[in-house]
Amino acid sequence: MNAFALVLTVFVACTVEAVEALTIVLAAGLTREWRSTFQGMAVALVVLAAVVAAVGPALTLFPLSTLRLVVGALLAVFGLQWLRKAVLRASGYKGLHDETSIYARQVEAARAAATGGRHGVGDWYAFTLSFKGVLLEGLEVVFIAITFGDNQGNLGLAALGAAAAVLVVAAVGVAARAPLARVPENTMKLAVGVMLTSFGTFWGAEGAGVTWPGHDAALLVIIIMMAAVTLGYIALLRRSPAGPAVTAAGRPAAGAAAASPAVPEEGAR
Amino acid sequence: MSRRLRSFAAFWYDFVIGDDWRGAAAVAVALAVTALLVHAAGINAWWLTPVCVIAALGWSLHRATAGRSSAGDT
Repeated sequence: MNAFALVLTVFVACTVEAVEALTIVLAAGLTREWRSTFQGMAVALVVLAAVVAAVGPALTLFPLSTLRLVVGALLAVFGLQWLRKAVLRASGYKGLHDETSIYARQVEAARAAATGGRHGVGDWYAFTLSFKGVLLEGLEVVFIAITFGDNQGNLGLAALGAAAAVLVVAAVGVAARAPLARVPENTMKLAVGVMLTSFGTFWGAEGAGVTWPGHDAALLVIIIMMAAVTLGYIALLRRSPAGPAVTAAGRPAAGAAAASPAVPEEGAR
Repeated sequence: MSRRLRSFAAFWYDFVIGDDWRGAAAVAVALAVTALLVHAAGINAWWLTPVCVIAALGWSLHRATAGRSSAGDT
């Protein structure tokens, strides 16, 4: 994989996570109190930095084949989660990930929550909301950047892709002061799911001892095949006799208003 | 304390495994069998993992969408 593909994959994956973290931070900051929100964000970033400092160097201690087997397996599992949700959303079985409605829910919950501080923090709710949001989404950013960077022997470049994504989203978020609803998050998640699953499959099998026909070129074939299969599954589910439970806008389809989506909306991801 | 440990474990389970543990299990079994075929039988089973991953995705989607009332498995 060349440097451009590495940076691009990490950048797109981390942009998705950063957009989700931004939605939570904005909901906490604009509804409650910015000072406590920034405190929560800062503590989460310190925890994330500690995770990177601990996990990054530890990974270099393992032989490359072991690393590829473990990391490949984790990436494939992770990618399958993303793909599953993306396919269910694209085929209408699950409500689309909508930052505007997620933001509205977070704001409503933030307004209803009790006020009060603890441990030197003015607004404990804003602090914990911001801390949890940044930590959870940040862990995914760290996981993707470290696994991709370490496997390619270029942790610096992967970190650059991740940092660029976070900075771009933060800058746009500060300018807009609103959730980035126009980011094509669902499409990006589908693409990231294909990439994570493909890389995981490639590295995992390589770590298990396989020699790929065509060597690195096999990765491109896996990506194309995984994308084709994913699109095939979407088409198949759209035409399934049961039919989707929700419309493309994420609302219940006509005649199915009383029915819940087949798969409940998940939390952070 | 045990409640905190449980929620810590639940967080990592949700983070890594997610909604459907069967996908994770399929990947683990596929890689284990691949390693066995390569190292014990001398077969370069490069095709096994992609086939299993694609099948696992299909299986997981089928379980999530077949019979909406029973979709609570997710």
